Amino acid sequence: MAAATERTGSTIDPAEVARFDAIARDWWDPKGPMAVLHKFNPVRLAFVRDEACAHFGRDPKQMKALAGLSLVDIGCGGGVLSEPLARLGAEVTGLDPAPTNIAVASAHAEKGGVAIDYREETIEAVVASGKRFDIVLAMEVVEHVADVEAFVAACCAAVKPDGLLVMATLNRTLKSYALAIVGAEYVLRWLPRGTHDWEKFVTPAELGNAIEANGFTVGTQTGVVYNPLTARWSAARDMDVNYMLAASRRA
Amino acid sequence: MSIDQGARIVIAGGGIAGLSLALALKQALGEEFAVVLADPALATAPRTDNRAYAVAAGGRAMLETLGVWEAVAATAQPMTEMIVSDSRTKDAVRPVFLTFDGEVEPGQAFAHMVENAALIAGLKSACERVGVELRPTGVRRFAAEDAGVDIVFSDGARAEAALLVAADGARSKLRERAGIGWVGWSYGQSGIVATIGHERPHHGRAVEHFLPSGPFAMLPLADGGRLGHRSSIVWTERTQNVPALLSLDSADLLAEIETRFGLELGEIALESAVSAHPLGFGVARRFVDRRLALLGDAAHLIHPIAGQGLNLGLKDVAALAETIVDAARLGLDPGSPDVLEDYEKARRFDTVAMGAMTDGLNRLFSNDATPLRLVRDLGLGLVDRLPGLKRFFIREAAGLAGAPPRLLRGEAL
Repeated sequence: MAAATERTGSTIDPAEVARFDAIARDWWDPKGPMAVLHKFNPVRLAFVRDEACAHFGRDPKQMKALAGLSLVDIGCGGGVLSEPLARLGAEVTGLDPAPTNIAVASAHAEKGGVAIDYREETIEAVVASGKRFDIVLAMEVVEHVADVEAFVAACCAAVKPDGLLVMATLNRTLKSYALAIVGAEYVLRWLPRGTHDWEKFVTPAELGNAIEANGFTVGTQTGVVYNPLTARWSAARDMDVNYMLAASRRA
Repeated sequence: MSIDQGARIVIAGGGIAGLSLALALKQALGEEFAVVLADPALATAPRTDNRAYAVAAGGRAMLETLGVWEAVAATAQPMTEMIVSDSRTKDAVRPVFLTFDGEVEPGQAFAHMVENAALIAGLKSACERVGVELRPTGVRRFAAEDAGVDIVFSDGARAEAALLVAADGARSKLRERAGIGWVGWSYGQSGIVATIGHERPHHGRAVEHFLPSGPFAMLPLADGGRLGHRSSIVWTERTQNVPALLSLDSADLLAEIETRFGLELGEIALESAVSAHPLGFGVARRFVDRRLALLGDAAHLIHPIAGQGLNLGLKDVAALAETIVDAARLGLDPGSPDVLEDYEKARRFDTVAMGAMTDGLNRLFSNDATPLRLVRDLGLGLVDRLPGLKRFFIREAAGLAGAPPRLLRGEAL
């Protein structure tokens, strides 16, 4: 409400803002269309936080564990990852090519009083502008890009000399085909059909090679598995479907 | 105040569960997180209090981790043995069927008797030390919104918070206002509570006699009083008999107590006022609602037959504190449905199971029908002969079974 009233004075159409508000509610409703993402969120947040704390010597038990660290969230969507990381103290830039996502994310952050720099820009453009970050995140993005090697190179270029790169994506295995495509899109209807294209999935070895080609070393790697009994995602050794990794520049 | 509503929790009710939760949250989340505890009773000096609780090993580990065990340790009595017997009141010798020798781990008592007043005082001063905002007022109204809960206190002040915790007892007003149903019944029994002094030491032994009107428990307290040794009694009696008993002069009342207490511990004396509390069973239909969590007696009330009421509450505290702290440290909303769902999932089964067990025990034992006496003699005899089952009962009683939350394992959040 506050966001809508403030914006009536600007060039933004209030009807558009109202529409974004409705979409924002979908993005942010833990029981809504993005329920799977919300269930998945604690696992990837914990990975990002713990890797960042280990890398920068922070205490993960502190409420502001990431205070003062600059972070770019590539493919930020409605901001479900950006906002919690900003609350942990990071100075967050959120990038997304979809204008709706940026409008939705901005409206939600403003409402919650969280300061985040959301931009409808690509990481390539941000790199070209000379901006660099302590932490670069590409969570669930690699499987959607056209040229993995070029994308990874841009991500690596955005990392400050002593910074950290964190990526999460889907492995290209028979199991991921069965679970992520057939299971999640067709059987459970967690995701709209056509969300994922299995051919575009990247194996940890392929992703690792692309990262190391830019002078980085891959550190921690972990799988993420879903337990249907507890309805919870958790970190696990099994990287056959979802996996996450952290990398930093070779000394 | 620069703290936004996403980093504030309001707890209504300053009993043991509410205070423990406030302390656990504030200790773990520090100055960037506001914890408000509201209770009108904070304004008045504590009443003299004859209640004492058996705190199981898990609860003690939590109180130790929270740094409040020290405050009660001096007056805490380790319970090292539990004797359960079944008899008619006038039987000369009470058979002892089941001895729960309390060694959960070597050297570890399975429970400690802790006096309510000492525990409350210890928790309150620890809350003050870490910066819990203690407000001597109640919660008048609240309204759950998308992003938080809007709270109006009885003194007119307002607050926005991520979560409101109802720790306001079995007749919780907040539960009622949230429209959460309560499934329960009264037992037609009351628990008569008093502190009894006695001549001979109890050696840390708890004794529970199953009498036709209900269980009579003698729970060891730390030494003291005029006769040197003390026990707390919880005497379950049919409510209709209670007014007559309580109107007896103290010599006659003591004689009534003695016929149940037995002569093993020598001369006995009353060390406190005698009070009676109606007993009931009840479980809230849900433990959570939008931006609301029920804690302790507000979520469940059980028969004191197994001494588990407070322990259930402490388990609630450990589970809720853990889900809230884990979410807050990820920058996530600590009052979100996912967090509350985790809490409910962690507690609901255990609570209903314990409720059913205590209800069943009470129904089995609170009567004088011969066939039932036979069944329970046999049942307790079997438990006694099967070491595995007995260990299970002791571990259950100690709250160490299953995958307990970190605080019950003595790990800091």
